[in-house]
Amino acid sequence: MPVLGALKRPVLLRAEINVSLVALAVAAVASRLWGLAGPRAVVFDEVYYGQFVSLYVKRIFFVDDSGPPLGHALLALGGYLGGFDGNFLWNRIGAEYTMNVPVWSLRLLPAVAGALCVPLAYQILVELRFSHCAALGAALLILLENSLITQSRLMLLESILIFFILLAVLSYLKFCNSQKRSPFSATWWFWLLLTGVACSCAVGVKYMGLFTYVLLLVIAGIHFWHLIGDQALSKVSVLCHLLARGLALVVIPVAMYLSFFYLHLTLLYRSGPHDQIMTSAFQASLEGGLARITQGQPLEIAYGSQITLRNVLGKPMPCWLHSHKNTYPIRYENGRGSSHQQQVTCYPFKDVNNWWIVKDPGTQQLVVSNPPRPIRHGHIVQLVHGITTRYLNTHDVAAPLSPHAQEVSCYIDYNISMPAQNLWRVEIVNRESDADVWKTILSEVRFVHVNTSAMLKLSGVALPDWGYRQLEVVGEKLSKGYHQSMLWNVEEHRYGKSQEQKEREVELHSPTQIDISKNLSFMAKFTELQWKILTLKNEDTEHKYSSSPLAWITMDTNIVYWLHPASGAQIHLIGNMLIWTSANAATLAYLCLFLWYLLRRRRRICDVPEDVWWAWVFAGGLCVGGWAANYLPFFLMEKTLFLYHYLPALTFQILLIPVVLQHLNDHFCRSQLSKHMFQALIVAWFSSVYLTYRTFSPLTYGEPPLSPAELRALRWKESWDILIRKH
Amino acid sequence: MYAAAPATGAAQPESHPPPLRGFQAAGDVRSGQLQLSSVCTRCSPLMRGVSRRHAMSPGTHPPACPATPSPVMTCSMDSVSRGAVQEGARPGPEVGLRMPRALRGGQAEPGPRCGALRQRESRVPAEGQSRCPDSAPALAALGDVGGGWAALGFVTVLGFASRFYRLPQPPHVCWDETHFGKMGSYYINRTFFFDVHPPLGKMLIGLAGYLSGYDGTFPFQKPGDRYEQHNYIGMRGFCAFLGSCLVPFVYLTVLELSKSLPAALLSAFILIFDTGCITLSQYILLDPILMFFIMAAVLSMVKYNSCADRPFSLPWWFWLSLTGVNLAGAMGVKFVGLFVVILVGLNTISDLWDLLGDLSLSLIMFGKHLLARVLCLILLPLSLYMALFAVHFAILNKSGPGDGFYSSAFQSRLIGNNLHNVSIPEHLAYGSVITMKNLRMAGGYLHSHWHLYPEGVGARQQQVTAYLHKDLNNLWIIKKYDSNTDHLDPSCTVEFVRHGDIIRLEHKETSRNLHSHQHEAPLTRKHFQVTGYGINGTGDSNDFWRIEVVGRKSGKLIKVLRSQIRLTHVATGCLLGSSGKTLPKWGWEQVEVTCTPYLKENPSSLWNIEDHINPKLPNISLDVLKPSFTEILLESHMVMIRGNSGLKPKENEVTSKPWHWPINYQGLRFSGINETDYRVYLLGNPVVWWLNLVTIGVYFLMTTSTAVAMKRGVQQMTEHRELFQVLLQGGGQIMLGWLLHYLPFFMMGRVLYFHHYFPAMLFSSMLTGITWDTLLKFCTGHLLSSTMAWKVYTCGVLTLVLLIVYSFYLFHPLSYGMVGPMASDPNSPMAGLRWLESWEF
Repeated sequence: MPVLGALKRPVLLRAEINVSLVALAVAAVASRLWGLAGPRAVVFDEVYYGQFVSLYVKRIFFVDDSGPPLGHALLALGGYLGGFDGNFLWNRIGAEYTMNVPVWSLRLLPAVAGALCVPLAYQILVELRFSHCAALGAALLILLENSLITQSRLMLLESILIFFILLAVLSYLKFCNSQKRSPFSATWWFWLLLTGVACSCAVGVKYMGLFTYVLLLVIAGIHFWHLIGDQALSKVSVLCHLLARGLALVVIPVAMYLSFFYLHLTLLYRSGPHDQIMTSAFQASLEGGLARITQGQPLEIAYGSQITLRNVLGKPMPCWLHSHKNTYPIRYENGRGSSHQQQVTCYPFKDVNNWWIVKDPGTQQLVVSNPPRPIRHGHIVQLVHGITTRYLNTHDVAAPLSPHAQEVSCYIDYNISMPAQNLWRVEIVNRESDADVWKTILSEVRFVHVNTSAMLKLSGVALPDWGYRQLEVVGEKLSKGYHQSMLWNVEEHRYGKSQEQKEREVELHSPTQIDISKNLSFMAKFTELQWKILTLKNEDTEHKYSSSPLAWITMDTNIVYWLHPASGAQIHLIGNMLIWTSANAATLAYLCLFLWYLLRRRRRICDVPEDVWWAWVFAGGLCVGGWAANYLPFFLMEKTLFLYHYLPALTFQILLIPVVLQHLNDHFCRSQLSKHMFQALIVAWFSSVYLTYRTFSPLTYGEPPLSPAELRALRWKESWDILIRKH
Repeated sequence: MYAAAPATGAAQPESHPPPLRGFQAAGDVRSGQLQLSSVCTRCSPLMRGVSRRHAMSPGTHPPACPATPSPVMTCSMDSVSRGAVQEGARPGPEVGLRMPRALRGGQAEPGPRCGALRQRESRVPAEGQSRCPDSAPALAALGDVGGGWAALGFVTVLGFASRFYRLPQPPHVCWDETHFGKMGSYYINRTFFFDVHPPLGKMLIGLAGYLSGYDGTFPFQKPGDRYEQHNYIGMRGFCAFLGSCLVPFVYLTVLELSKSLPAALLSAFILIFDTGCITLSQYILLDPILMFFIMAAVLSMVKYNSCADRPFSLPWWFWLSLTGVNLAGAMGVKFVGLFVVILVGLNTISDLWDLLGDLSLSLIMFGKHLLARVLCLILLPLSLYMALFAVHFAILNKSGPGDGFYSSAFQSRLIGNNLHNVSIPEHLAYGSVITMKNLRMAGGYLHSHWHLYPEGVGARQQQVTAYLHKDLNNLWIIKKYDSNTDHLDPSCTVEFVRHGDIIRLEHKETSRNLHSHQHEAPLTRKHFQVTGYGINGTGDSNDFWRIEVVGRKSGKLIKVLRSQIRLTHVATGCLLGSSGKTLPKWGWEQVEVTCTPYLKENPSSLWNIEDHINPKLPNISLDVLKPSFTEILLESHMVMIRGNSGLKPKENEVTSKPWHWPINYQGLRFSGINETDYRVYLLGNPVVWWLNLVTIGVYFLMTTSTAVAMKRGVQQMTEHRELFQVLLQGGGQIMLGWLLHYLPFFMMGRVLYFHHYFPAMLFSSMLTGITWDTLLKFCTGHLLSSTMAWKVYTCGVLTLVLLIVYSFYLFHPLSYGMVGPMASDPNSPMAGLRWLESWEF
């Protein structure tokens, strides 16, 4: 019996456990998770991410311009698992958490991600073919870096980002090594796919992940280039290699990225505070909010329709075409004159004065005929203001604040030689054919003035007091191509029924209710949301703790994250000074040595053996390249920057330290004696790294509270901001 | 440049032994080894492996490739023998059998004097020729030299004709002429002005105007103003002259890179018949001047590369230093010139890299090479660039509209400025009456007046603002924080203010103290409000400020004009600054002054002392304080850079985007809007531009496939390899130029215009010439009969040229002006030509 035969021998499981790796992991978890629930107060950017967690838990739609949605979703997952109900007002740093906030589980995920970076660093060095000692060193340095610990222990995204970045690097290295042994094997595929997945997750957490993704793509490109030159491979197998890489490193990341948004849009289906940023069509697709109003509006605009017109650009704020009884002042402050006709503005609030009636110039009728006559692209209409029954008009009079453009008014006949010019041509910009019908919400429309060919445009300037600070609307004559400020879409719409002014006013005041539903496809929603995320700009670029990239290398700045209101205990984002300095020194040493070797090799003088040289180039290319790719682009950015933006770059830089140290040990310490001395130095250096970590750990963990004298002693640099209570 | 030909041609045989021997004989290590090693890296990965292994054994110099018998060598020899031997053996027209005469003539055409391409392999045919100078091919080549000359003359004449045709039209100010013409006038009138670009371009315009008799009196107020009797032709003619020079430059560059006459002609035709280039060259603008220097730099770089085989010869030095001069010129016109500096820099680095790898060259020789480049490409341009500014400052010595952008110290240089030739006490003392000027660009003086902040704006105390004009209300008295003694009392001793002192600033007219407190500022809500507080100088502790000089240790005195000071509010630790925002009417539309809690060093929170009155101190002449040349140089650069980054597009404004440019999406109105106006519209010839666009794609396809094929070790025919060499090396340089002149615009935050693309367009046109020439040669190379091939090739080139000429015929009214109905009107002659809706002519 075969079964019995198998039983003849004892069943043996042989497992190899790298004890140092396990020990490192345990230490990392301990260092990141120790006292995780304290302080029980909002710390720094938790105030920012917390509101999104709340919105996630409540399934309310939001837009965050700081990055794609995966990071927020992961944080929200922590809240969901901890049973968070989303009821907390995230308004102030330092506010005490109420009992319903599961602080521990909210902070757990970033902490675990931060802890896992330590064994990842170990593995990366091993895969780069460096010794066990070097790998151990790298892991220890990551373990003892105060800034990484601080950032991991709070509800922030950087540690998750760094985790995915390191995971991507490690899987690519594993993939490279299995490429040499057995291409297209299961492990080969596994690591290749994992690279793509980790990259897309990194990009999904923060756009900063893109830098590492590009770096890996470049490295993969170079490796593939060498593969092409390998004539032992057939053309077909080269093609297979190319396709596999394309699939794993391009197609899958793109698909994953889309899926994050799919998740985001599926989970968040309720309307909320950020609705206004989105187009009417998008808002109508959310539950509640605009959808409640517009649900079941007639789709096609017809002569006699009552509509509100929303500006598509909506900057500086979303607003609707508006008019009111008040007229333009006869003379402005600067002495220019106006037409003294009724003001037309763009108003950021819903109001009965936002209603307009589309009228056929040919008839006097202000109601929709039966059957309705829909308006198509190119038709000429008049726009009648619902409450005042005056016609939208523009003429050759300079606009109040943009004198190069024409004034837009609601025409009042003063019996002077200024005739009404109130014909407008409707141009649907996003039409598919020239015969398209003007549709509610979906159509983006340009109004071209028939007499002067000026276009109705939101200039974005707020009028002075006489215009109630509403936004100026002008007729733009020198219209240069397509711009969203000239586009309008119908938001609320109903068919007008009453010819009489009084009845119509009543009608205008009543809410709209008819039945048709509109749905946007996922791709349309995705494109819009993605575009909004990329183009939204925060006005205020000044922050007390913002810093310039130059100050990061030397750690000239720190950030105060939290201060205990009574005891003076505080949390700072402050790094391990020794590690930062050594990392800089290592980078410098690497670059100098690299250049030296390179120039000498060009003269055919080889200082190190060939394989050592290539390992040196590869390890350095990865670490220095990772540092540069994650650091240098910030010099080109115009957004507000903080010290924590440097942490991914710093991680790469730290990985370089053991690389350089081992190289120095192997190739510069010739005698046994000098080797021993060098190693002794390294041990001494490691102990001082540990001491520095201990010294700053009160500022990292927020406890124990320190006395003013102790705090003053920690102020190693003049430029550091350490809060010392005055008594 | 052609004049030098015979001399260098004669010199060649001496410096280079005959090529055929040179390969086997170890004697000519340099050319032999280089030849082989470069071949090794390119053709045979197998061999490269060998050589690398050799190279890696440390210390020993490998025998390298010469020892290995290689098929590659023969294939490269093949090209030599075909070039030299075959031609030598069979004189006469039959030589043209394999390849059409004109083409091959183009390849072997000596053209530029230094003989050979920098690429080592292409040097060989030229050497072959120099060996048998009296053989028939050389005669043929001489004939081609004649042809080359004729072609050069032809395109130059065409270029000049196209640029100078209807130059005086329209006789009114067009587009940016209003700026640059005005700035030319400033030079003639010697009044100081501010512009975001370096001065060379405007200086040249001014010079051209001066020489042609323009007197600098025309105001250039706005586009559309008629010139009347003013002489503007000189300035336009100068720009058109430089713009016309682009044509021969492009022709020569392409000829040098591709060694192909048709390619050079094609590129030249593209440029001649591009409506955009014509329009841009016909007016008083910086662009023709900028493009002139860019192209001149590229041409001289290419020329000097081709002299690489005869380093330190006269032409080598000439072209090298000319490159440096042109770089300085390009940088001196616009900062965009930086891109061509980078291009030349990268080229030089790769050049040096090659030299370093050449083991036959001693390190001392290499050092000489390095020094020569540092001298000609760094030191020479740098000193020229500085000289440029020296001239600029020397010419503009009168006060003018640009004063306000510069610091007080700078203004003291200008005749007519109220800071000129005055004498004031040098060091600040207690009791001094001063005015303080904000250091941000066009920052105002610290100001206060008898008006309170209105209800609801912080505390209802006296307003403190920044005011741009000189006024008695700008005067402040500097006092000790703790005493109210009158320091001007003769019994008091003079006490100087020192860095780090705590002071109080009393407003002279209203006797209130400069004060701040934790109320929000009127406009910048995150900052604190600054007010005037107290009665007759008696206030509270919120009136105390610490005065500090930037970059100074404590105890030092504070200098008028030169010291940059910072005022820190003692109680709250904030910094006095001007936000640059204009207050509403209650603040008389003056500029907001706040106290910022963000301790960032930037000009808006720095001040300097401008007027200083203290009768007890000796006055010194401001000439002593006059800034040195380096200081004004640095300052004017700071101001220019800030001005450039200040050109931000406004919200709700339609701006041109870089991706619009290569597709010719939208033009620029130079003159005229309505039907009755004389309209000029800057728009590239669409056929030319779209051809350029397609070519970039074709080029990428061709180079990628070639590179992959080479990497895979596919054996190619010799002619093809030469073609691809031109494509990769020459085309690569041009491609790099295009990328460098185009991609950076995607990262710029400032307002961009269509005309920013034109330098890149020059490179794109050259690339088109090279690529299509190569593509046609490659395609026709497969045809069986060579006469057939020759015909097809000629037809191809001719078709392209005719296409370009015909499209120019269609679109020429864009540049030479049109009157009548707009193109959107079906009656217009241009109606059918409005191919894109975004074109507005």
